[in-house]
Amino acid sequence: SLISLTSVAFLLRGNCKHVRTKDSPPNICGFNLILVPDIKICRLVNVKTVIPMVQLLNWRRGLFPQTKMAAPLTLVLILSVTIRAVLFRSSLAELISERVEVVSPLNAWKRGLFCYYVLQENNISLFFQTPLVIYLFHFVVDYAEIVFMIVDGITAVALYLAVQNYNKNVFRKQKYALEADRYPHDCLELMRSPKEMHYIPLKVAMFYLLNPFTILSCVAKSTCGLNNAVMALFILSTLKGSALLSAIFLALATYQSIYPLTLFAPGLLFLLQRLYIPVNPCRSRFWFFTVQYSVMFIGSLLVIVCLSFFLLGSWDFIPSVYGFILSVPDLTPNIGLFWYFFAEMFEHFRFFFICVFQINVFFYTIPLSVKLKEHPVFLIFMQIAIISIFKSYPTVGDIALYMAFLPVWSHLYRFLRNIFLVSCVLLACTALFPVLWHLWIYAGSANSNFYYAITLLFNVGQILLVSDYFYAYLRREHHLSQGLYLRRKDGSEATLVLK
Amino acid sequence: MATRHLFIELQTLNRRAKLKIIFAKFQCLCIIPALVGVDKKTCIQFCLCTFQEEMVIRPLYSGDIYASFQFRTQWDTDFLHDGKKVSHYRLFPKSLGQVLSKFSVRELHISFTQGYWRTMQWGQPFIPSPPGAELWVWFHHTVTDVDGNWKELTNVLSGIFCASLNFIDSTNTVEPSASFKPLGLGNATDHRFLRYATLPREIVCTENLTPWKKLLPCGSKAGLAVLMKSEKLFHSSFHSQAVHIRPVCKDWQCTSTAWELRQTLNVVFDLYTSGQGKKEWSLFKMFSRTLTEACPLASSSKIYVDVTDNPGGELFDLSPSSPLISTAVVLGDRRTYSVYDLTKKETFGQLRSLNLLLRWKGENDMLRPPLHAERYVSGFGLQKGEIHTCLYNSHPYRAYPVLLLDSLPWYLRLYVHTLTVTSKTRENKPSYIHYQPSKDRLRPHLLEMLVQLPPHSVTEVTVQFERALLKWTEYTPDPNHGFYIGSSVISALVPSIVAMDTNSTRDRPLFSSFFPTKEESSYFMRVYTEPLLVNLPTPDFSMPYNVICLTCTVVAVGYGSFYNLLTRTFQVDEPSAPLAKRLANIIRRLRGVPLL
Repeated sequence: SLISLTSVAFLLRGNCKHVRTKDSPPNICGFNLILVPDIKICRLVNVKTVIPMVQLLNWRRGLFPQTKMAAPLTLVLILSVTIRAVLFRSSLAELISERVEVVSPLNAWKRGLFCYYVLQENNISLFFQTPLVIYLFHFVVDYAEIVFMIVDGITAVALYLAVQNYNKNVFRKQKYALEADRYPHDCLELMRSPKEMHYIPLKVAMFYLLNPFTILSCVAKSTCGLNNAVMALFILSTLKGSALLSAIFLALATYQSIYPLTLFAPGLLFLLQRLYIPVNPCRSRFWFFTVQYSVMFIGSLLVIVCLSFFLLGSWDFIPSVYGFILSVPDLTPNIGLFWYFFAEMFEHFRFFFICVFQINVFFYTIPLSVKLKEHPVFLIFMQIAIISIFKSYPTVGDIALYMAFLPVWSHLYRFLRNIFLVSCVLLACTALFPVLWHLWIYAGSANSNFYYAITLLFNVGQILLVSDYFYAYLRREHHLSQGLYLRRKDGSEATLVLK
Repeated sequence: MATRHLFIELQTLNRRAKLKIIFAKFQCLCIIPALVGVDKKTCIQFCLCTFQEEMVIRPLYSGDIYASFQFRTQWDTDFLHDGKKVSHYRLFPKSLGQVLSKFSVRELHISFTQGYWRTMQWGQPFIPSPPGAELWVWFHHTVTDVDGNWKELTNVLSGIFCASLNFIDSTNTVEPSASFKPLGLGNATDHRFLRYATLPREIVCTENLTPWKKLLPCGSKAGLAVLMKSEKLFHSSFHSQAVHIRPVCKDWQCTSTAWELRQTLNVVFDLYTSGQGKKEWSLFKMFSRTLTEACPLASSSKIYVDVTDNPGGELFDLSPSSPLISTAVVLGDRRTYSVYDLTKKETFGQLRSLNLLLRWKGENDMLRPPLHAERYVSGFGLQKGEIHTCLYNSHPYRAYPVLLLDSLPWYLRLYVHTLTVTSKTRENKPSYIHYQPSKDRLRPHLLEMLVQLPPHSVTEVTVQFERALLKWTEYTPDPNHGFYIGSSVISALVPSIVAMDTNSTRDRPLFSSFFPTKEESSYFMRVYTEPLLVNLPTPDFSMPYNVICLTCTVVAVGYGSFYNLLTRTFQVDEPSAPLAKRLANIIRRLRGVPLL
């Protein structure tokens, strides 16, 4: 045991260069290490796992990378704005703004402009968009391009800050767990190091800003960008722990397109967790906070709805926006599952299937919240992904929002089963959408089934992607509690199965 | 004398029409009141009907012949008067009268048209109508449920005229705010009581003509109506039949109202190409019949032949010639007509039949109509498109405003903010725009605007639209043929050509020609554009089961994978023991020996 201890000390001395930071001289870091682990563990620890462990234990609250990240973020912002500006000025802008993949009847700029025009000229309230957005048109109609670029920037920065905050929390928790020796000892390679986490917020911002889906959505001036910004602000305010702001942004997002209602559960779970309130129905504190959060949410929702009413003087927008979302009267093709299904539906089954499909979106909230109650941020990711797959008028802008989170889960990469296949499917579908659309609508050499087939495949790809991440997340959690290298009773290497 | 007259009729007429006519005549002579003891006042009420029939023949410059029939029945009674139930009908068709009183209709205009009136080649028609069926109705202002009345009325009319008017529903009915004003008495301006609908796809044929002819007092047994043989009428370039009912003044002081029923039939024969290039026509050639008498119930029965361009007989020969000449300002132009009065015996000559014959000798230029319009869809593909409406003002120096009415079905998603109006490459902002947005599966778009047409110009109105994908049951049986979009309606007060002619040397007193007189300076004109044929994207109609299965499979893939991950837990895969070992263990357990 002495030999192993010395070898660890030796190793430490050799590797302290890696972990040295301004405030932590190598000696202290070595001291910490020797204090914490017991000799027995040290014997098991192999060379590979020592280094991250040392790094982990050295990380303290104040030591989280505070290096200058603003510069790269600014660069990404400038780059993305340049790309968008160039595209806005090119002849592609008009083409993009008419692509059915990029705009849906609910978020097309043209329709919004039309509603705005009709409202102004004829004083007739006609909605494809919520009244507040139409009212917003009043101010932004002349500077739409700049506004949409700024909105995208806000989303990216909000996501950046949110993820930075989240990573800090993750790291702190990991540290406490390590210090409390809660992880099995062969799991050290699952631990996350500050180095790999350092660039994650930047990657998230990049994934959002430079994602072709976001760029297309922005160039098409789809109001989906606004919805994404509201959602990102909701995530940010939740992760920062501001219950009121979180409720307000959630209410705004819900007001925009009903479906974000399902984010209520993860928002609540996160805030509870942050306040160290256990999710326990017997505790009055739990109920107190839940009621408090619900009242804030419902209150702000009511305020927003009443505000729309006072702006327009009629309740017409409720059936024409929410009825439109829920009853799917417009069957314009998009990348979702609804349009062709309801174009081909038998009339007497229509209502039944509309109910089934709409319930499907909200259905997963409760089981997912139960399963992931310890991991509300992953729950948010899952919910956003489910919404963007199963909502009635999805566009690529919705997909871009949940795809921005993928870098956050980069540590799950080793557990993903079919990421290669899924990325190939998604890429191929993205390329095939315009091709098959052209063949159907312009060339007339294909029919609607071609486009429909590609939407099916695209959605299967998305479902596999999301469920794969879900699987990987659960599996990692399992390993964190049970150990990485599991063995059977007879000592042979075990394979994990879902039972 | 009267009995003798009746006797002759008995001999010549078919039995059914005979009885009707005799009955009507007796009523008028007040024999029936005497017989059944009705007082004289009621009798007078019976008798206050007049029936007039006339036909106008206009040779067109393209070599075609335009024949326009009008039958006018006037009845001095008021259906809509409170507490008065009208149950005695004489010349006025009972089927229509009952409909009018039941649905409180103030004015009714219905037309069925086959073919498109080519304004540029044919000039203006006397009564314009769009291709297909058109129906517009003003309801009485006491009606509370206008939509309900309208729905029932269209269904009843559909039965009366054997037409598919029952396809008129809220998706193709509009309430124009300015284009359709009442043509009869009363200045109703509240367009809540107006309903307008067109069915551009309606095909007009014999089954619509027969019920239309039955509304005439003489049927098709006597008078001008004998010429209406469907095999000839429908072998033509243009055929349009219409019924117009409106309240009119009974006398010039307008002390009380009377009802006027006008049945019109317009037909254009292409005798030039079918007649081996000879510009020659006669009644017999057109209708395969000649005229032998007027309708005995008609107070006037006349044929007018337009001879304006032929004052000296250098252009064509008309035989038999008529000594009667009438001059009138028709559609802004001063026209001269030869008149044949069918109620006079000498019109029929010695053969006791009238067969008008006209032979062309020369060519002539046509005066271009001051206003005409055309419409088309531009763009390619099935995603979007643009509707162009071109309005031509051919007046050399007068600008005038026109009202443009467009009623477009909801499945064309019209973007009104893309509306542009340009004339002479400059923007021409409409001074009035009324837009009623559509509602999916409920209401069509209604776009009305007032556009000032500069003199001698083309004004182009464009608006962009997107084509919707419909439910598979909403397509017509031949979906790839396309969807017909009704004509747009252009209504205008057009400056007349007569008023242009200020340097006239005609025999008019000088004091009458300095200021243009009101009634001659401009006239009302309505022009219909072509209906549009628009293709929509179609789903695959053979796929419903497949689509339901495939989409549900994808949803099930999502559900299944989430369900799996949510309900199951990770466990180490322990291989199950082989069968022999398990059996051995069971036996060992029974024996009470430790297991293997």
